[in-house]
Amino acid sequence: MTAKTHLLGSRPAALTVRGTATGTALLFGVGLAAAVAAPFLLYPVFLMKVLCFALFACAFNLLIGFAGLLSFGHAAFFGSAAYIAAHAVKEWGWAPEFGLLAATGGAALLGLVFGLVAIRRQGIYFAMITLALSQMVFFLALQLPFTHGEDGIQGVPRGLLFGLFDLGQPLTMYYTVLAIFIAGFAIIWRTVHSPFGQVLKAIRENEPRAISLGYRTDRYKLLAFVLSASLAGLAGGTKALVFQLASLTDVTWQMSGEVVLMTLLGGMGTLFGPVVGAGLVVTLESYLASTSLPVPVVIGFIFVVCVLLFRRGIVGELLARLPGRSR
Amino acid sequence: MFNLLGVPPQVLFGQLLLGLINGSFYALLSLGLAVIFGMLNVINFAHGALYMVGAFVAWLLLTYLGLGYWWALLVAPTVVGLVGIALEKTMLSRLYKLDHLYGLLLTFGLALIFEGAFRHQYGVSGQPYPIPDALKGGQNLGFMFLPNYRGWVVVASLVICFGTWFAIERTKLGAYLRAATENPTLVQAFGINVPVMVSLTYGFGVALAGLAGVLAAPIYQVSPLMGTNLIIIVFAVVVIGGMGSILGAIVTGLGLGMLEGLTKVFYPEASNIVVFVVMAIVLLIKPAGLFGRER
Repeated sequence: MTAKTHLLGSRPAALTVRGTATGTALLFGVGLAAAVAAPFLLYPVFLMKVLCFALFACAFNLLIGFAGLLSFGHAAFFGSAAYIAAHAVKEWGWAPEFGLLAATGGAALLGLVFGLVAIRRQGIYFAMITLALSQMVFFLALQLPFTHGEDGIQGVPRGLLFGLFDLGQPLTMYYTVLAIFIAGFAIIWRTVHSPFGQVLKAIRENEPRAISLGYRTDRYKLLAFVLSASLAGLAGGTKALVFQLASLTDVTWQMSGEVVLMTLLGGMGTLFGPVVGAGLVVTLESYLASTSLPVPVVIGFIFVVCVLLFRRGIVGELLARLPGRSR
Repeated sequence: MFNLLGVPPQVLFGQLLLGLINGSFYALLSLGLAVIFGMLNVINFAHGALYMVGAFVAWLLLTYLGLGYWWALLVAPTVVGLVGIALEKTMLSRLYKLDHLYGLLLTFGLALIFEGAFRHQYGVSGQPYPIPDALKGGQNLGFMFLPNYRGWVVVASLVICFGTWFAIERTKLGAYLRAATENPTLVQAFGINVPVMVSLTYGFGVALAGLAGVLAAPIYQVSPLMGTNLIIIVFAVVVIGGMGSILGAIVTGLGLGMLEGLTKVFYPEASNIVVFVVMAIVLLIKPAGLFGRER
């Protein structure tokens, strides 16, 4: 099946990756300047939420966009990392940086377990297996004593980063989150542009061929899965610090669906797409919260529209329409 | 009073019956998923939502039109089937040439819409649905008490499951269906209208879900959330059984329901996750599933 099917249609993705250096640098510069200035214009907690989800969506996109694996269970990594960070910081009194490390490590381990099971099947089965496994994590989170069931872990202290910076200050917290996001994004950028990333793309395009060229594709897929899970965990741990809360919401299948939507809306297989998608979805949700419209219906509707009419996503469409860069 | 493995027999058989009923629903739903997947290569995420819609149609019929259970058993699957055919004609049919994952994503969106809309309208709390008069009461079997309605659900779903199996594996129509699964172009060349057949297959598959919803209405409460939580377990059932055979879907569904019931007796904490653990073990030993073949 993998040989015939391409989730991404024709290839705006490859173009972004190869994209002209100046354009990309310009985009980076503008984006960075905007991100630094943003907390003076917008509500910092909202921006931090966007950044956390943007990192989460980028991590997810590493799998779907660059390895062709649709994980429908990424909330498991996001949510359980939030629990780990919250528990380590609140109950064990760890410094926030170690809490985040523990969250990332925990998500990586969980990703290893999921990956070992899930990469045995491909395509739709892969999606169903990851969904089922993440539902198992949901039930564990519901039942284990340390997660406090429906209440979640509340009142997580933000603490002092490296013993120096008081994360209780909104601006300090914001710039920390921004730094974490940039670091995570840089890791993804590096991965996609590395020889490892090229092999992943080869697997996405034609797995039997990659095997025949001598690559042990299962190992590559597993490594990509673990990497994606760890970064999703980093995003989840950060979110737990920002909101001082780890709750069941973060491990539900709806959360897994939301990150799929962010990536789909922004553009699967583009580096910036998930960031745009995360920004839009978070904005939309905070807007909808003040109206009487049912959020899931709107989200579902966007899903349907994206799949039927708009499969390249916003950034994908833009790239495809740029003069001189379209095929 | 004798004990079986340290458990009173009433508890054991009671949970086994509960497991058998859950298993009947797993079987009905995974059967519908398998039929749809075989023909359309789409994993229908909206299956759980349409099961919920089936239950709600029954409830609405009773509440607003005064039409009882037996009418609902007829009307709800028809409504759900027609909704399914409309969805297939307008949306799903546009995606067949693309990666199968888009079908999953589309039906996921549809599931969110259905669930969200019903939740918006009726809230999350369940609506009670009465057991029909003819099936009230129960039988004392000596070792346990069997409520008539539960017995009826098990028998009805077994009949439906094996009826579907018979229709697909042993009749001429089923032969066309299986042929079109293997090679739609060739079947079309023989003068059979494959697109219509695909629509009808999808309609039939989701009608099974609607029927399951009506059967479930008197047992579980009619609630907007009843479908999606179930569908994820059914996905695991489907992965365990493999998509290869109709019979496999039925047997795995019933078996896992019973296993879940047994877990509730002996280690209740694990009853929510036992299906997923079994799934992981099966995948490690036999990745194609118990009855599946590698595609």
